[in-house]
Amino acid sequence: MTPESTGRQRPARAPFSLRNAWHDVNTRAWIYQVLVVAGILGLAAYLIANAQHALAKQGISTGFSFLDARAGFEIGEKSIAFSSTDSFLRAYGVAILNTLKVSGASILLATVVGVVVGLGRLSTNPLMRKLASIYVEVFRNTPQLIQLVFWYTLIANLPRPREALSLGGAVFLSNRGLAVPWLADHAAPWILAAVVLAAFAAGGAARAVLARLARRHGRPWPGAALGSLAAAALPLAAGVALLWPLEITTPALRGFNFQGGLTLSPEFVALLLGLSLYIAAFIAEIVRSGVQSVGRGQIEAAHAVGLGRSDLYLKIIFPQALRVMVPPAAGQYVSIIKNSSLGVAIGYPELFNVNNTIVTLSGHTVEAIAIMMSIYLAISFVIAALMNLYNRCVQIRER
Amino acid sequence: MSAAMQNASSSEPIVVLDKVNKWYGDFHVLRDVSLAVGRGEKIVICGPSGSGKSTSIRCINRLEEHQEGRIVVDGTEVDADMRRIEAVRRKVGMVFQSFNLFPHLTVLDNLTVGPVRAQGVRVDEARARALELLKRVRIPEQALKYPGQLSGGQQQRVAIARALMLQPQVMLFDEPTSALDPEMIHEVLDVMTELAQAGMTMICVTHEMSFARKVADLIVFMDAGEIVEAAPPEEFFGAPKSERTRLFLSQVLH
Amino acid sequence: MGQSALVSRAVVAQGRRRPPPQGKGGLLPWLRRNLFRSPLNALATLLSLWVLFVTLPRLLGWAVADAVWFSPDAEACKQAAGACWAVVPEKYRVMLFGTFPYDEQWRGMLVIAIILGLALYCALARPSARTVAASWMAAMALVFVLMLGGVAGLEPVSTHQWGGLPLTLIMFVGTVVGGVPLGVVLALGRRSSMPAIRAVCVGFIEVVRGLPLVTVLFMASLMLPLFMPEGMSIDKFLRAQLAMTLFFAAYAAEVVRGGLQAVGKGQYEAADTVGLNYRQKMIYIVLPQVGRIVLPAMMNEIIRAFKNTTFIGIIGMFDVLRATSTAIQDPVWVRYSIEAYLFIALLYLAMCYGMSRYSARLENELTVRR
Repeated sequence: MTPESTGRQRPARAPFSLRNAWHDVNTRAWIYQVLVVAGILGLAAYLIANAQHALAKQGISTGFSFLDARAGFEIGEKSIAFSSTDSFLRAYGVAILNTLKVSGASILLATVVGVVVGLGRLSTNPLMRKLASIYVEVFRNTPQLIQLVFWYTLIANLPRPREALSLGGAVFLSNRGLAVPWLADHAAPWILAAVVLAAFAAGGAARAVLARLARRHGRPWPGAALGSLAAAALPLAAGVALLWPLEITTPALRGFNFQGGLTLSPEFVALLLGLSLYIAAFIAEIVRSGVQSVGRGQIEAAHAVGLGRSDLYLKIIFPQALRVMVPPAAGQYVSIIKNSSLGVAIGYPELFNVNNTIVTLSGHTVEAIAIMMSIYLAISFVIAALMNLYNRCVQIRER
Repeated sequence: MSAAMQNASSSEPIVVLDKVNKWYGDFHVLRDVSLAVGRGEKIVICGPSGSGKSTSIRCINRLEEHQEGRIVVDGTEVDADMRRIEAVRRKVGMVFQSFNLFPHLTVLDNLTVGPVRAQGVRVDEARARALELLKRVRIPEQALKYPGQLSGGQQQRVAIARALMLQPQVMLFDEPTSALDPEMIHEVLDVMTELAQAGMTMICVTHEMSFARKVADLIVFMDAGEIVEAAPPEEFFGAPKSERTRLFLSQVLH
Repeated sequence: MGQSALVSRAVVAQGRRRPPPQGKGGLLPWLRRNLFRSPLNALATLLSLWVLFVTLPRLLGWAVADAVWFSPDAEACKQAAGACWAVVPEKYRVMLFGTFPYDEQWRGMLVIAIILGLALYCALARPSARTVAASWMAAMALVFVLMLGGVAGLEPVSTHQWGGLPLTLIMFVGTVVGGVPLGVVLALGRRSSMPAIRAVCVGFIEVVRGLPLVTVLFMASLMLPLFMPEGMSIDKFLRAQLAMTLFFAAYAAEVVRGGLQAVGKGQYEAADTVGLNYRQKMIYIVLPQVGRIVLPAMMNEIIRAFKNTTFIGIIGMFDVLRATSTAIQDPVWVRYSIEAYLFIALLYLAMCYGMSRYSARLENELTVRR
C-alpha cells in the first residue's frame, strides 16, 4: 500500500452476502418498513374488498354523486333556509353552520367564565379562592355528557312559555328555550362577528408591521399605536355603516310561544351550557397556571421599580402569561368543537347528528363518514396551524 | 446621586433598622437586627447561607415583612401602609441575584416602564435618561435588544441601570454576582465600584471579599439571623473579634 | 476609605431564639386581613356572601330539608316540595347494572367490588409492579368469567346484556390496559428514524386526535361490520372497546412523546455506550424515567378516559348514564329525572375526584423524591 493510495482510495467493501445484508442497519430498516407498509396496504385492500362486496350486495353504489340527491328530511334549527327538497349537500351546509354557531358561542362563554374563575383561584381572598376551587373540581370531575343531559332535562322541566321566568321583562326562560332581544336583521350578527374579527386582524397586523418599522429606525415612533388603532377602526366603521340603522326587537308572548327577538332552542342552550361550563373549568386551570408561571422574581422586580398593581398585571404578568396560556387554551377550543358532536344525545342538529341521518337515508355510509371525518380534521388542522403561527409570532427572542 | 454627595456631611443615618425581628412560622429568621447606614456610605453584609442577610435587606423595601422592630428609610417608616411602602420603594433601588429583567420587553423598555408608568415621567425624557444610564454601565448599543440576547454580565448591568432610573437615594444589592460566570463578575463589580466612588449609599450582600475590602465603609457579618460582628474592612479582615467570624473568613478567603 | 467618623454602625446582637409573638389573635383581625384587606377585596367578599345567602338556603331546602328519601310509588314525592331522592332506591338496580339479568346482578356487584377493591389496594398499599400486573390479570380473568358466565354453574350472559357500572369499569380498565402500551409503541414509532414507520404513526395519531370520540365509536360500531368478510361479526362490546382503546392510545402517545423528549439525550447515548440494544435501552433505561416524568399528564388522560366511558351510551350500550336515562323513562318517575342524574353525577364526581387527589399525591411524592 503506497502512501498515496491510502488517502485517495475508499476502503474496500465487505463482500456482499445475505448474512452481511441481514445485519446491516440500513437493510434491516428497509425490510421493516417494506413489511409494515405492505401489511397495512394488504389489510386495507382486504377490508375495502369486503366493503365493496357488501355494498354491492345491498345494491348501493359508491361515489359522491348522492350529494345532489334530495335530502328528504327536515332540520329543526337552521341558520340558512333548508327544506326536505333541498340537497344533501345543503344539509351538510346547515349542519356545519349549526356546529360553528354553538361552538363559537361556547368558546366565548367558556373563556369568559374560565378567566373569571381562574382569576378567582388566584385571589388573595380565601372565600373567592374556595368558591372558585369548588367550581373547578365539580365541573371538571363530572363527565361532560352527564352535564349536558342534566341541563337539557332541567330546561325541559321549566315552565311553559305562558309562565316563563323573566329577567327584566326582556329575557324569558321557558321549556321552549331562551328568548332574548335581538337585532331585527338576522344576518346582522354574522356580519358583526366578521367585522369584529376583521378589526382584530387588521389592528394586529398593522401593529406588527409598524412595530417592525419602528424598530428598524431605532427610535420609538408614536405613529405606531395610532396607525394600528386606525387600521382596526376601518372595518368597524364599514360594518356600522352597512348595518345602520340597528333595530332591536324584543320577544313578546303571542299565543303559546314568543315572537320577535331571538329564541335559542332548548337544545342549543343545553349544548351551550354543557360545552362551556365543563371546558371553563379547564380554562380556569390554564389561566391559573399561566399566571403562576410568571416567576416571583418578576413580581418583585416590578415592585422594586415602582409598578402599581394594575400596571404589574397589564404590562408584566399578562403578556408573559398569555404566551404560556394560548396553546393549551387552543387545545380546549378544539375540544369544544369536537365535543359539539355530543349534540346528538339531545337532538341538536350539528354535524355528527345530521350525518347520521344522511347515512341512514342515503345508504352511503362510507362516503358520508369520510365527509364528516374530513370536516372535523380540517377544523382541527386549521386551528393547529393558526396556533403554530401565533407561537412563532410571540416567541420571546433569545440568543 | 448628587443628593447623597450634598448630604455626605449630614450625621443622620439614611437607613435605620432598629431591633428588627422576623419569623417564618416558628423559625426565628432575624434576631434583633440593628443597623444604621449613613448617607454616601457603603455597607457590605456577609455571612453563611441562611444567615438572614438577604432577608434583612429585603425587609428594607418591604419585599419581606418584619414582625418586630422598626425600619426607617430617609425619614419614612416601613410598615403596612401602602403609601409609605411606595414612597420607600421610590427612594430605594434594588438589584437581584437573578437579574429579574422582564424578558418580553427590550432593554430600553425594561428601564422606562417603571418611571413612565408609575411616576408619570414623559416617554422621551425617560428614554433619554435610560440611554444615559446605559452609557454609564457601558452597554448603550444593547438598548433595543431583548434580555435573552444578552450575556449574564450584560443583563445584570442592565438591572443596575434599571434600578438607577428611579434616582434612588440608596441602592440595595442582593448577591448581584452569585449567578454569573466567573469571567463576567468583574464587569459588574467595576460598575458597582464606580457607583460607590460617585457617592451612592449602598448596602450589598455579597461574597466578593476583594470588592468589600476595596469599597466598603463597614462590613457586617451575620450568622443564624443575628449580627455577629461589624467593623471597617481593615479591622474586620485584620483582627476579627468573634470565633464565628474567623471561621467564616477562613472558609471564604483562600 | 479612611474616614474620620462613620455614621454607619451595627449592633452586635444579644438576642436569644424566641418563639414568634402571638399574632393579634381572634377572628376579627383574621377577617380584616384576609377578606377585607382592600375595598375591592371587601366587595368580592360581600358579593360571594350574597350569592351564597341567596342560593344556599334554597338549595339545601330542596335537597335535604324538604326532600323525600323513600317512597316506593312516588306518592310522597308528588306532595313534597323538595327533591325526590326516592327514585334512587327504586331504580338503582337498573342504573347500576343496566340490562344485566336481575337474578344474576350479584355477579355485577362482585365485579364492582373486585375492580374498585383492587384499585384501592394498589393505590394505598403500593405493591411492586410485578404484583400489580399479575393481580390485575387475575382479577380481570375472574371478572370476565363472572360477567360472561357459562362455567362453574353460572348462567351465561351475553355481552349485549352487560350494563351499568360493571360495564363502565370493564371498559375503563380495558381502555387503559390496552391503550398505554399501544401509546408507548406509537410514541416510539413516531420518533423512529425509519420514515415509513414514522409516517404511519404520525398519521394515526394526528387523525385520531383530530376526530371526536363519538365519531370513532360510531365508525367502529357501524363501519367495522361493513369491512368484515361475510358471516364474520365482531361482538359490539369488542368493537366499542377497540374504538376506546385506539382513541386513548393516540392521546397517550402524545403524553409519552413529551416524556421521551424530556429524558435527556445523554441518557440515550449512555445506554448505547454500555452495550444495550434498542429494546433493552427502552425497557430498562428510558421508559422508567419517562414513566416518572409523564405520570401526572398520563393520570389526566386516564381520568379523562374514565369520563369518556359515558360516550358508549351513544352507540347503544347501556353504561351508567344510558341505563339511568332509560330507567327514568318510567312514567311514574320521569319528572324526577334531575334527582337521578344528580345521583350518578355525584357518583362520577366522587370517583374522578378521588383519582385526581391520588394523582396529585403521586406527583408530590415524585417531585420530593427527585
